[in-house]
Amino acid sequence: MGIIDNINKLFDHRVRLGIMSVLAVNEAADFNRLKELLNVTDGNLASHLKALEKAEYISVEKTFIGRKPHTNYKATKIGKLEFKKHIEALEKLIN
Amino acid sequence: MTNDNYLKDIGHIKDMMNRSSRFISLSGVSGIFAGCYAIIGGLFTYYYLFPKPHEQLNYGSTKFFEIVLIALLVLVLSIATAIFLTSRKAKKHNAKIWDITTYRLVINFLIPLVTGGIYIILKLNSQHYGLTASLMLIFYGLALVNASKYTIGNIKYLGIAEIILGLICAAFPGYGFWFWMIGFGLFHIIYGSIMFVEEKKASHWES
Repeated sequence: MGIIDNINKLFDHRVRLGIMSVLAVNEAADFNRLKELLNVTDGNLASHLKALEKAEYISVEKTFIGRKPHTNYKATKIGKLEFKKHIEALEKLIN
Repeated sequence: MTNDNYLKDIGHIKDMMNRSSRFISLSGVSGIFAGCYAIIGGLFTYYYLFPKPHEQLNYGSTKFFEIVLIALLVLVLSIATAIFLTSRKAKKHNAKIWDITTYRLVINFLIPLVTGGIYIILKLNSQHYGLTASLMLIFYGLALVNASKYTIGNIKYLGIAEIILGLICAAFPGYGFWFWMIGFGLFHIIYGSIMFVEEKKASHWES
């Protein structure tokens, strides 16, 4: 097995990498907070969140604050583990 | 992808982690400072203000207020140092000092801490001095554990350590001062040093 095996294709995009970075150090983040941090459009962020959710790297929690829908995102155990492996692989590659 | 792209990826990860949770990055140094203030304040109190064995400390006496004043001074200095170091770091990273992360962290830290503070004052008011150190440690520990949900994991362990120490302290009446010194002085310095070493390791990524 080469180190390249641990490079995760799913993290091959700047926005997805950003989402995982934020969720790795925060318990949870909502849609607007991610949007503000990553500086991307609604549609762009939503599609990347979908991809990570499909892989079960993040979990989604929908609630209502008053009448407004509020969506919270968290990194799952698998997500955190895969992200850690990805970072370690990146580090090895540049060394 | 080329090497350069991998490097950019790592830079991006680091930047996102920093911007979304600034508080963790400086807690190391401010922890060491807080521990030092506590030890200096504690020693000063011990040598100059503590009641001699035959004396009694009365609620409302000058000595009592001097001790409370020193405790407040330690608290204010610790918080001021933490705010100063954090905002300096935030400026360096072009981040806002007051955002959702900060707000959540402060509110969740203050709920158990203020509860404990009021409770201790009420107890002092009715001449119950014995458990003050133990209660301070326990409520401070609970505040840290509560706030840890909004920052990176480490602060939780400091909180748990403070709670355990507070409970042990309750079992050994008369040694409250020493437990207080360990909890607020020594533990902060140990925690701060561990965080400082980890921060140094993390900044290794940048270069």
